[in-house]
Amino acid sequence: MELLRLATAGSVDDGKSTLIGRLLYDSKSIFEDQLESIEATSEQRGSETVDLALLTDGLRAEREQGITIDVAYRYFATPKRKFIIADTPGHTQYTRNMVTGASTANLAIILIDARKGLLEQSRRHAFIASLLRIPHLVIAVNKMDLVDYDRDRFEEIRDEFTEFASKLDVADLTFIPMSALNGDNVVDRSMNMEWYEGSTLLHHLEQVHIASDRNLVDVRFPVQYVIRPQSAEHPDYRGYAGQVAGGVMRPGDEVQVLPSGFTSTITSIDTATGPIEEAAAGMSVTIRLADEIDISRGDMICRPNNAPEVSQDIDAMICWMADQGELRPGQKLAIKHTTRWARAMVKDVQYRLDINSLSRDEETQTIGLNEIARITMRTTQPLFADPYTRNRTTGSFILVDEATNVTVAAGMVLDR
Amino acid sequence: MTEQMSHVQALESEAIHIMREVAAECERPCLLFSGGKDSIVMLHLAIKAFAPAPVPFPIMHVDTGHNFEEVIEYRDRRVAETGVRLIVASVQDAIDQGKVVEETGPRASRNRLQTTALLDGIEEHRFDAVFGGARRDEEKARAKERVFSFRDDFGQWDPKAQRPELWNLYNPRVKAGEHMRVFPISNWTELDIWHYIRDENIDIPMVYYAHKRMVFERDGMWLGVTPFMTLMEGEVPEERLVRFRTIGDATCTGAVDSAATTIEQVIEEVGATRITERGATRADDRTAEAAMEDRKKEGYF
Repeated sequence: MELLRLATAGSVDDGKSTLIGRLLYDSKSIFEDQLESIEATSEQRGSETVDLALLTDGLRAEREQGITIDVAYRYFATPKRKFIIADTPGHTQYTRNMVTGASTANLAIILIDARKGLLEQSRRHAFIASLLRIPHLVIAVNKMDLVDYDRDRFEEIRDEFTEFASKLDVADLTFIPMSALNGDNVVDRSMNMEWYEGSTLLHHLEQVHIASDRNLVDVRFPVQYVIRPQSAEHPDYRGYAGQVAGGVMRPGDEVQVLPSGFTSTITSIDTATGPIEEAAAGMSVTIRLADEIDISRGDMICRPNNAPEVSQDIDAMICWMADQGELRPGQKLAIKHTTRWARAMVKDVQYRLDINSLSRDEETQTIGLNEIARITMRTTQPLFADPYTRNRTTGSFILVDEATNVTVAAGMVLDR
Repeated sequence: MTEQMSHVQALESEAIHIMREVAAECERPCLLFSGGKDSIVMLHLAIKAFAPAPVPFPIMHVDTGHNFEEVIEYRDRRVAETGVRLIVASVQDAIDQGKVVEETGPRASRNRLQTTALLDGIEEHRFDAVFGGARRDEEKARAKERVFSFRDDFGQWDPKAQRPELWNLYNPRVKAGEHMRVFPISNWTELDIWHYIRDENIDIPMVYYAHKRMVFERDGMWLGVTPFMTLMEGEVPEERLVRFRTIGDATCTGAVDSAATTIEQVIEEVGATRITERGATRADDRTAEAAMEDRKKEGYF
């Protein structure tokens, strides 16, 4: 069974929590005690129907204020797939939360209220999904029951969104008309929209092709940890542990190690249960090489004819996430890229991107909370980076405030 | 053609990555081990992450003194087999030293006192990263917690000031006195744990399988008759065929009626059940709607 990670975007008003509640409820992933608990709360609040949104609001302040504070993770499974939902709230902290939820997602669901159509917020969601390179996008046109299940209305929204999306980089776009409240086209086919010939949401989630989303071409293995037992049983064992960040590695492959540039050959790919024949992107393994060369955490193993760029000058899009303090030229921060930490100095803020209009503001030199900007940086050590568009693992980094240790930005390396 | 990983392989790979990050970046990690199924899976993952080298950190048992005998036997056997170093943080010691006052009455539990023993243990050994086996599917406050969850120098969790957590780029940096709680199996569900125990053929304490036990009913749960519990009026012990879905302090962990004596039967039962494991069996989570959130803020697991 495969694992699909998805992010949901939309505000409470769009029916996002109801949709998630519906997915969990109709796929029988809600337990009786959870249902009883929200039934009691709904009744206490004088609501006539069970408010499925209560399922996703976990913290006391959220239930009291009827808001969602942070990204929440939900789990459900069907016989075909297991799903992890990163449920990102749609109010003030929006960008930070959606970037967080989107960073690991294979698929994003963007909710649109059929009555309201494409709002600024929907454009913002779509932009973040494309910025974070989520391979699959589903536009859930919700509340179709409130527009009499009107086909023309659905098609109008679809056409408008398609035109907007042509400016973005979206690989796979799917539109589904639904009513999360009534369950139309969520798990079961709607009897009210026979004109719609596509999949239900759940069917789409089960079927969407995700196997080729991984980069299986460019071998990238950031060394995470060196395993040296130095025991009587394994006196000379020296293995390089890590999670494959790209490509497929096999014993016998010639490899190059960065930053030293030395080449060697893979003699064995080990796991705790024995050696394996190949390791592909996403797998945590331990690599052994034929030659004794000095390799430590933060080094990168790749192929001699296919290496990432080795550079101390980084061009990147960043999303600033700090509650306090802005990003500005001259600032020094810690940077973590794959398994390597370095220090970085912001050289220039090239522009701030207005995510509503997609226009560039080249005047601003300071970037505040939830803003997105293109910057250049100089790092104290070379990074071994690929463009984010090529590899989401070797193309991403975080920036950390050295005084508070707080993560203050998400970064995506640009093609230079 | 390179196969897509199965979901259990993907979860295992993620957990191993997290454990290696901690071992590489933190100076003094430790793994909390209760003898429950989640911490058993955690220890198994730690062994796999560093093989053929030994696990590079100790395990710590926060011992309430109110244990299931079978679980302590299991713990000691696993320690002997794996050679891992065991630290015991004892609630009884904290009581004896006058650091905490034991609750009284028939509903007395040492559950809350564990927090003191845990935080004292972390301080005494100066741990900067503490692995826990919490899962996000267990409880609604946990659904919002990061994999790397920052604790201030009082050991407290602030749900409104969590560090953003992006891609697989974890930030374990803390100052002296602060620490990280790290939850490598955040994304696993109860059923994933059971599938993994089966697939990896992991030994677990027998109390997870159906057995005959003297129990009594309280708050709709079957609690085991133990020397630490006082029966209240109207509570009548009876022998039933039960098993435990979770293992915590013996005074607040309930059993469920079950005839499941094999791992396959347990998986079938868990797959078919309509009640969450904490809802079914944990008196400690029933106290209030935000019971877990409140305890977590104080520094609980």
